[in-house]
Amino acid sequence: MTVMEQRGAYRPTPPPAWQPRTDPAPLLPDALPHRVLGTEAAERVDPELLRRLYAQLVRGRRYNAQATALTKQGRLAVYPSSTGQEACEVAAALVLEERDWLFPSYRDTLAAVARGLDPVQALTLLRGDWHTGYDPHEHRIAPLCTPLATQLPHAVGLAHAARLKGDDVVALALVGDGGTSEGDFHEALNFAAVWQAPVVFLVQNNGFAISVPLAKQTAAPSLAHKAVGYGMPGRLVDGNDAAAVHEVLSAAVAHARAGGGPTLVEAVTYRMEAHTNADDDKRYRGDSEVEAWRAHDPIALLEHELTERGLLDEAGMRAAREDAEAMAADLRERMNQDPALDPMDLFAHVYAQPTTQLLEQEAQLRAELDAEARHHEGGHESEGTAR
Amino acid sequence: MTTVAVKPATMAQALGRALRDAMADDPTVHVMGEDVGTLGGVFRVTDGLAKEFGEDRVTDTPLAEAGILGTAVGMAMYGLRPVVEMQFDAFAYPAFEQLISHVARMRNRTRGAMPLPITVRVPYGGGIGGVEHHSDSSEAYYIATPGLHVVTPATVADAYGLLRAAIASDDPVVFLEPKRLYWSKDTWNPDEPQAVDPIGRAVVRRHGRSATLITYGPSVPVCMEAAEAARAEGWDLEVVDLRSLVPFDDETVSASVRRTGRAVVVHESGGFGGPGGEIAARVTERCFHYLEAPVLRVAGFDIPYPPPMLERHHLPGVDRILDAVARLQWEAQS
Repeated sequence: MTVMEQRGAYRPTPPPAWQPRTDPAPLLPDALPHRVLGTEAAERVDPELLRRLYAQLVRGRRYNAQATALTKQGRLAVYPSSTGQEACEVAAALVLEERDWLFPSYRDTLAAVARGLDPVQALTLLRGDWHTGYDPHEHRIAPLCTPLATQLPHAVGLAHAARLKGDDVVALALVGDGGTSEGDFHEALNFAAVWQAPVVFLVQNNGFAISVPLAKQTAAPSLAHKAVGYGMPGRLVDGNDAAAVHEVLSAAVAHARAGGGPTLVEAVTYRMEAHTNADDDKRYRGDSEVEAWRAHDPIALLEHELTERGLLDEAGMRAAREDAEAMAADLRERMNQDPALDPMDLFAHVYAQPTTQLLEQEAQLRAELDAEARHHEGGHESEGTAR
Repeated sequence: MTTVAVKPATMAQALGRALRDAMADDPTVHVMGEDVGTLGGVFRVTDGLAKEFGEDRVTDTPLAEAGILGTAVGMAMYGLRPVVEMQFDAFAYPAFEQLISHVARMRNRTRGAMPLPITVRVPYGGGIGGVEHHSDSSEAYYIATPGLHVVTPATVADAYGLLRAAIASDDPVVFLEPKRLYWSKDTWNPDEPQAVDPIGRAVVRRHGRSATLITYGPSVPVCMEAAEAARAEGWDLEVVDLRSLVPFDDETVSASVRRTGRAVVVHESGGFGGPGGEIAARVTERCFHYLEAPVLRVAGFDIPYPPPMLERHHLPGVDRILDAVARLQWEAQS
């Protein structure tokens, strides 16, 4: 007998009781971005950490300037500057232990360098001599990722695998505001929360995805609010306040390491330069907006804090600038040397064992190179007879 | 050694056994995907694995193919060997960016420092009456992507051996499972399963002298049937089962065509831009002077996969193959 047939006996009941799986209140970000510098909270911060952050910010600013100059000299194909965002980059690098992993996007060269990667190795993607100029395992830095947000699920998988193996490793993944619209952002956050993976997502909200402003990117109250829908805490921080970014990321990393699962951190910052040297930012933003952010410069903020409290003097500032200048000079000199490239590298790393098809193509290229070499050696002799 | 009777087994059972043995042999092998755990997969290929190895190694993931493959990339970066299931051919498309932009090229972009030993299991092809998006033959997309190996078994024994080889490979392998052969049976000893040739070797399934049928996966049994039927017409057909599309076994294929002088490539996926065009070109380049007729293709039509009630008209069957074989009498025609 079906339910319809026994209608007389059937008594409709309310739907079974519903309960939310998680209390959303603790997951919600604060109304305003967390700040430390210029507040009483700054006095709790270890002065040595503030000095380290300062030195790295100055280096980072100089690095951005030098890399931008290298594009103008034709030494780099392109450079997406992180000028204005150095506090996020530096904090992301300094907050991690050696065993942890960093998953940078294409704009995060500076985070990789601040983590200890050779500046030249960090630039091979942008110079064009090889996609990734370093062994990711050596520094635990994934390759700089050009497609948007696709590195986020990698960070989740790596953190998950580490936990399965019993290692207390945390993965920190960097993404921009535009990247939060990608499907991989959603899938990564969802997997991370379901698996309670020890991973931290840092969104550097720098205001624009190339030219598209945040208002056209999302209708969410903030990007940090997106965390609640996945069941992880969302945190909002002043991305130009190096101490605040460091503090919020440290807490998120500690939370993840202790088995508390993932956190989404939105750092509110600003891209002071164009998307890359190929972009004309005058088309989509006015000078007054840029100037307003210039007054909230990450280096000036920290410098002010340090000098006010007598933690940094003129000699200290000079030392930081000299250190940065030495790094830039070394970078300039080494980037002005042509890299030694072996064309046979094209076939060396497609598969563990090259296919017979690739072996044939490799032989073809070798023959072409040999003919080219003979042509150069033979000069006049081979002129007109090469073919 | 205890001798166990050779008994009938299905391809699905052999695939499941391959996963089980790989997991037992290597603790870094992890199986993940939608429904692979408690349910044992919609085709029951992963049946029993979650019970034996636990949820940490046989993981029911959220329903998100890019997330499944993307997290597998991170797991492989940390030293695991993920085997991911895509459930159905057309469901794999959301994962294409991860596959093409990361899985296929991570070894290359890191100059060998970061190989990704991932096996992507994709049930593919039609003939089971599946509704839309459940019957695509997507192999052309995979073989056009450098950095991937692409293999597909046609027999129960190959299903076991090739899957073991795929999981053991240090490179990513797209493992295409012909779903209409899941329930095909063969006498096979699950207690002493045999390894197969390394990935990249084709095999001659039937020897013949008049022409070669070059095929793979779900079309192999169809070609075997066509070869039997062709005997009545006086044709003695050779059938080459490629087993691996990438790497491609030029040697076995060319040797066969040089013996027979005639060739037909048979596959379900569309002919235009399909694997058959590449195979015909390779055969022509290598065997031109041995050929008595152009290399022909018998493929699915160049249409989106048809609704199930019409699919029999789309799938290359024995008659269409025999028609092509008849057209190989080139001299008589021209």
